[in-house]
Amino acid sequence: MKQLFLQFFKSLRQSFQDLLPIILVIGFFQLVVLRQPVPQFGQILAGGLMVLAGLSLFVQGLQMALFPLGEEMAYSFVRKGNLWLLLLFAFTLGFGTTVAEPALIAIADEASEIAATGGMIDDSDDARSSYATGLRLVVALAVGFALLVGVIRILKGWPVQYLIIGGYIGVVIMTGFAPQEIIGIAYDSGGVTTSTVTVPLVAALGIGLANSIRGRDPMIDGFGLIAFASLTPMIFVMAYGMLF
Amino acid sequence: MDALATFGMTVLGMLKDVLPIAAILIGFQVLILRRPIRNPARVAVGLVFVLLGLALFLQGLELALFPLGRLMAEQLTLPSFILGEGVEAITAFQWTDYVWVYVFAAAIGFATTVAEPALIAVSIKANQVSGGTITVNGLRFAVAVGVALGVALGTFRIVTGTPLHWYIIAGYVIVIVQTAKAPRAIIPLAYDSGGVTTSTVTVPLVAALGLGLADTIPGRSPLLDGFGLIAFASLFPMISVMAYAQISEWRAKRARESNTDNPS
Repeated sequence: MKQLFLQFFKSLRQSFQDLLPIILVIGFFQLVVLRQPVPQFGQILAGGLMVLAGLSLFVQGLQMALFPLGEEMAYSFVRKGNLWLLLLFAFTLGFGTTVAEPALIAIADEASEIAATGGMIDDSDDARSSYATGLRLVVALAVGFALLVGVIRILKGWPVQYLIIGGYIGVVIMTGFAPQEIIGIAYDSGGVTTSTVTVPLVAALGIGLANSIRGRDPMIDGFGLIAFASLTPMIFVMAYGMLF
Repeated sequence: MDALATFGMTVLGMLKDVLPIAAILIGFQVLILRRPIRNPARVAVGLVFVLLGLALFLQGLELALFPLGRLMAEQLTLPSFILGEGVEAITAFQWTDYVWVYVFAAAIGFATTVAEPALIAVSIKANQVSGGTITVNGLRFAVAVGVALGVALGTFRIVTGTPLHWYIIAGYVIVIVQTAKAPRAIIPLAYDSGGVTTSTVTVPLVAALGLGLADTIPGRSPLLDGFGLIAFASLFPMISVMAYAQISEWRAKRARESNTDNPS
């Protein structure tokens, strides 16, 4: 217990260092460039303390739960030796964590607005909401597919760059054919899919897999899952825009 | 009381976020793997920490950082700030008028990336896996520099109105060239750092900046031009992380060479 507190105190200090740049940037622009007073100082101070405590708790919980969980599940799957179950798990994890992601819901709603104004779909609530739902499902499918391919890649030991660069070339080619309105959304949807809870889990899963398979290097084979999860949504969303 | 209620709402929102993940993990663990988790109590406490920590973090950001950050993004893009007192709407401008916007974009991109929890997580793992060759702060610094450059360039693109895809395609070309030259072990991590940079802290502020710019500049549509900044913020860290590894390698090589030159 005492050790836990000591650790928490240490991570509190670390978190303060992490937040210092934001404080400096905001302070400088507010006071020197914009020459405005800082409004509601008490509220900002309270919020800052919450951010500090929250970040420390998160990092602590990360090491206690998310990392060991992801790695342990990777070991268990390898010991079980059933490839199909592992692939099913990878796909479900990608699909399930993405479909409910709030950042994605926000982007999908905005995208349906754009599509309606651009005349790609009818300007009615029905058409918009079915477009937004479709987009969310497409992105979630893309992330599920990404983790699936990413896990196969770790098992086989394929170099990550061929797949990723191949994917980018696909993105570039599709950019030439996709409707103008969808391109910005497609590029952005790659960035929003990987949430704060999913990233540590997926990273630990990849490293755990690479560690438990003979001949795989955790540095070279373990990383890369997140890169797949940011690439495939771009391709899938542009395809969606071309088809609908 | 009010604050407590909003905090409760944030925890609920987080729960809704985490619930599908927990259901998948527990489902596979119980139904398929059928192996007990080691240290279940510790893992449970850790999960509560993650949940509470993220809720506190988001709530605190909503109280302290986001309102102020959004306000600043608005003020920096106001016509009266860009072109001087009394100007109501922007009709003619040069890209140099927006110099403070670029500086702000770079500074806020850097600062928010350093505080991004997902990036902290990946850096801790990279540090463990590399046996300490990659330091936690070194990686975060490299990624943050990439985001800073990316977001600044992204705001420049909105101001000038040049097409998004040319920038992105040029960025990919750089990534491909670097991939051929950079140390092999850094490549997967560099690719990953593109995806982790943009989540809870960076996206809301960067998006506010993009929308503010697209709203006030004539001829830009917030719907079409407001997007795309996040894509910049995910592309440039790949370049900066590979560059970081290339520079480290180059310096190590030079140090080795100068050692063999002067064997004193």
